Amino acid sequence: MELFLRNIIDNDFFVYTLMAIVPLLWILPYALFVIWLERKVSAHMQDRLGPMRTGGWHGWLQTIADMLKLLQKEDIIPVAADKKLFNLAPYIMFAGSYAVFAAIPFSSAYIGSDMNIGIFYIIAVSSLAVVAILMAGWASNNKWSLFGAMRSAAQIVSYEIPTALAILAVVMIAGTLSLQEINHQQVGWFWNWYIFKKFPFVFIAFIIYFIASLAEVNRTPFDIPEAESELVAGYITEYSGMKFAMFMLAEFVNMFAVSAIAATLFLGGWNSPFGNFMDGPMWGAFWFLSKGMFFVFIQMWLRWTLPRLRVDQLMYVSWKVLTPWAFVCVLAIGLWIML
Amino acid sequence: MKKYFRDIFKSLWTILIGMKVTLGHLFVPAVTIQYPDTKLKLPERARNRLYVNMDDCIGCLQCKMACPVDCIDIETIKSIPTDDLGTTSTGQKKKLWVTKFTIDNAKCCYCGLCTYPCPTECIKMTEVYEFSEFDRNNLIYNFSTLMPDEVSSIKAKTLEYEKEQAAKKASTATQVKSPSSQTTQPKGEQSAEKKI
Repeated sequence: MELFLRNIIDNDFFVYTLMAIVPLLWILPYALFVIWLERKVSAHMQDRLGPMRTGGWHGWLQTIADMLKLLQKEDIIPVAADKKLFNLAPYIMFAGSYAVFAAIPFSSAYIGSDMNIGIFYIIAVSSLAVVAILMAGWASNNKWSLFGAMRSAAQIVSYEIPTALAILAVVMIAGTLSLQEINHQQVGWFWNWYIFKKFPFVFIAFIIYFIASLAEVNRTPFDIPEAESELVAGYITEYSGMKFAMFMLAEFVNMFAVSAIAATLFLGGWNSPFGNFMDGPMWGAFWFLSKGMFFVFIQMWLRWTLPRLRVDQLMYVSWKVLTPWAFVCVLAIGLWIML
Repeated sequence: MKKYFRDIFKSLWTILIGMKVTLGHLFVPAVTIQYPDTKLKLPERARNRLYVNMDDCIGCLQCKMACPVDCIDIETIKSIPTDDLGTTSTGQKKKLWVTKFTIDNAKCCYCGLCTYPCPTECIKMTEVYEFSEFDRNNLIYNFSTLMPDEVSSIKAKTLEYEKEQAAKKASTATQVKSPSSQTTQPKGEQSAEKKI
């Protein structure tokens, strides 16, 4: 895709701008769709109907109406807030979550930047969200916001370790950090996917990665940073209008980002499950996005199944269960490769 | 140590059970009713907005007496013997002009106590429950079938009749010269005035 664009436009600046905009073309409709889907899924899991009025068929216009409403909302900045940080936080939050997409291979023909340290870059840059969350919580000058921010920081810091270790398990088999390279190694039928390699250690690593990634994007059952029933909305309590929308968008973008990484590392990314059947750059994008959406659906499914964990339970899960098991996986895979 | 492994296994297993339950509910038809489009059938004896069938009302004031919040306001005038007010569907002869019959639905507590004493069963609870208004005064429902000019003509007529009767009584009283009739005379006048 980069070569193709270069052939049309002989200008580095325009080529890179276009390359950078491509994920946005997916993210914005995705966010509108997924917010609607989340409401419908949650409603139907509770035997309700969810939005039904806006737009005629099952309220499909609901999120677009909500977005237009948020655009018109008054932008309130609390008097006691730290104005500069308060205004900066939502943009850093979104920038952090969007930066992840630079290294995610959408198809064999498109990846923002084919770095040889792709997955390492993603782990590094996704931590930017913690900075933004702490910034928002502190600048709001509100005790609930600060509570949410502190919890979020503690949570993300402790869950980054099992996440990184689970990713390391795959990286050890692949022998590379480049995500496009990892995808190329999983070409063929679905039994070539890493989730079925070195059974059951990569499978356990996958489960660990999925649980830890739920905590990293603050989804239920790990949503204590924005626990509605105890903290109003955590670090986004004081935000309104477009800034709130930015946080919301970043949250849903993060959901897709971790799902996309799970799909790439464990489920073959843009590879078709059936060998050469429905294979190619466009089909690749289709497979990649549907695998990502599948994980997003599982995240929703879990959200409406499980209650929220307590803070001490959260730490127990991370330090006493996920981290040791991730170490066991890494060790076992290392030995297996060595032997 | 054994507990540690059992806890992990148990938690994963119970999460799967929970997910099975929620996925099952995803395909269960929703219990929500899309209210303005489809409405629940009301129970047989549901109590909603009151309705008065004025053709049957005999102006007995029993509903007004029964009302615990005084939301029913009735005024009646005795008809003169030459008037024919017709009969109710139960065959009772109507004797009173019901010049005013209003129910203030803003006050009504939907207890239904007014419907029980009604001898002709003309005041009853209907199935209408959507009658919100922007102005509270619009909730005062008027049921009287008489127009204001009709009411005034009836009043004038009755007054004339009362006077005639009073005159008659006075003439008979002067003939008999009984002291008791003089004491009753002002009482009758007072009650007539009150009604008007």
